[in-house]
Amino acid sequence: MRALRDTRQVALRYIRAILRQPAWIGISLVQPVIWLLLFGALFKRTADIPGFTGGSYIEFLTPGVVVMLAVSAAGFVGMGFIEDINRGTMDRLLVSPIWRGALNLGSVAQAVLSIVIQSMIVISLSLLVGAHFRNGLAGVAVLVGLAGLLGAVFASLSNGVAVLARQRETLIGVVTMVTLPLTFLSSALMQHSLLPGWIRWAAKFNPVNWAAEAGRSATAASPDWNLIGTRIGFLALLLVASAAFATRAFNSYQRSI
Amino acid sequence: MKTIQAHNLRKTYKGGVQALDGLSFEVEAGTIFGLVGPNGAGKSTAVKILTTLSRADSGEARVAGLDVVGDAERVRRSIGVVGQKTGLDPDSTGRENLQMQAEIYGLHGTERRARVRELLERFGLADADRRLAKTYSGGMQRRLDVALGLVHRPKVLFLDEPTTGLDPEVRAELWREIERLALDEEMTILLTTHYLEEADRLASRLAIVDRGRVVAEGTPDELKRELRGDTIHFELVESGNGDAAAALVELSGVSDVSVDGRTVRARAVDGAAAIPSLISALEQGGLKVASATVARPSLDDVYLQHAGRSFKPNETNQEEVEVAA
Repeated sequence: MRALRDTRQVALRYIRAILRQPAWIGISLVQPVIWLLLFGALFKRTADIPGFTGGSYIEFLTPGVVVMLAVSAAGFVGMGFIEDINRGTMDRLLVSPIWRGALNLGSVAQAVLSIVIQSMIVISLSLLVGAHFRNGLAGVAVLVGLAGLLGAVFASLSNGVAVLARQRETLIGVVTMVTLPLTFLSSALMQHSLLPGWIRWAAKFNPVNWAAEAGRSATAASPDWNLIGTRIGFLALLLVASAAFATRAFNSYQRSI
Repeated sequence: MKTIQAHNLRKTYKGGVQALDGLSFEVEAGTIFGLVGPNGAGKSTAVKILTTLSRADSGEARVAGLDVVGDAERVRRSIGVVGQKTGLDPDSTGRENLQMQAEIYGLHGTERRARVRELLERFGLADADRRLAKTYSGGMQRRLDVALGLVHRPKVLFLDEPTTGLDPEVRAELWREIERLALDEEMTILLTTHYLEEADRLASRLAIVDRGRVVAEGTPDELKRELRGDTIHFELVESGNGDAAAALVELSGVSDVSVDGRTVRARAVDGAAAIPSLISALEQGGLKVASATVARPSLDDVYLQHAGRSFKPNETNQEEVEVAA
């Protein structure tokens, strides 16, 4: 009860802060459009590759872009923590009886909300340019849910790194170093069977790939619910671990000050 | 009853900076206690440990009868903290800041609304309650900070350099508010400051902290009384040297002579009567006196006496110097 209440307070605070930045809202709304159209145009001929079975490339690409957006938006969530630490807001919260887990989960809730909205923009847009998601609303809902789950994992990791590093530059460096390779070591942009063997092997351990393949399967004509279920399970376990990491990071911060 | 007890606290930061070196003091319930010392003396570290933000390497601390490590959760419910850095959220309004703080401390619904309204009015923020906190003046932000620390009516309040960086008018206003808290609400207040006049005015007892330990403790009057007699300052026309001091030390009734560039300090039982003989002693040593002043002992002298260093603005308040520059 208190955990929920505290989490809600923290989430409301971050959501308010974001709603007060029109530029941020504008960029977040336009970014999915640019990504979808740009990647769609760049890789259009992919559908002509022998062995490509995904139908139109835009249908294939949409789950990939949704997942990429989730990772990229979540990566920088820790910036908020760094600001809070630098200006003393975090210290005020840490000497209050607030439930420690709420600090991360509240911030994650805001990130997930943004990601869900961005995902829905991407999906609407791809419907607009002619994509068909064979599994209807249920499939789309699973895809959006997967994006949110993956985003929650990366937002928690970002928060944990932010609390440990406490420097913007470090966080930017870590996020850039991690997210791009993870995106390319997955089937987000290219059909799994067309990936080089070693990437296919690496992708097995890549949470971005878990979300991409499960999301793609969910929107296909005949979803593999077994695959979707296990990938959701992996991501949920990872979320528990990463949220624990972000919350535990405060212990290390408090010891150092 | 002792509301705050710090016993032999030690803390060394990574990189080997020793912040606390056996710090001990106790604060009687319902009083204002001042921790006085320059930046780096360990005051803020002590506050961080007592407020459960940080942990000591060794030693023991109790607040409101509770161990700050073993009973951290209950300590947090009993204390209010106004940190050195502002703790408010600049992207929220004053009202939103207070509302969130109230919720965190378990005030909900009508109870919360009433408390928030009361604090906004009391701290003169009622007309600005829907403005973002980042648009507030420095004085308003500091008042909001104090209001945030009081939302849950704590019995113990920690004020870590509450007036640093404020202009004199705002500072005086905050002093009155702090006095009222101790008087009307019977709060126990731990105040850290590097303004000696602030400690002198507000605290009923104070401890002078230097290099992580208490070097002197008592009421402001007791500490000043320790220094019998007056303080005499001479400004020399040219820089002096050790000879000047040597000449003065030999005079009877004069003690604690120190020379720093063109400034000579000394103490004498009756300062005014001692001045003529001091001036002639200096001039015999070839040193021309430009001016002389006699002062009743101040806490600055107490600090000098115990820490062996003066309490100069440029080493005690870097922040203020930066603002001025």
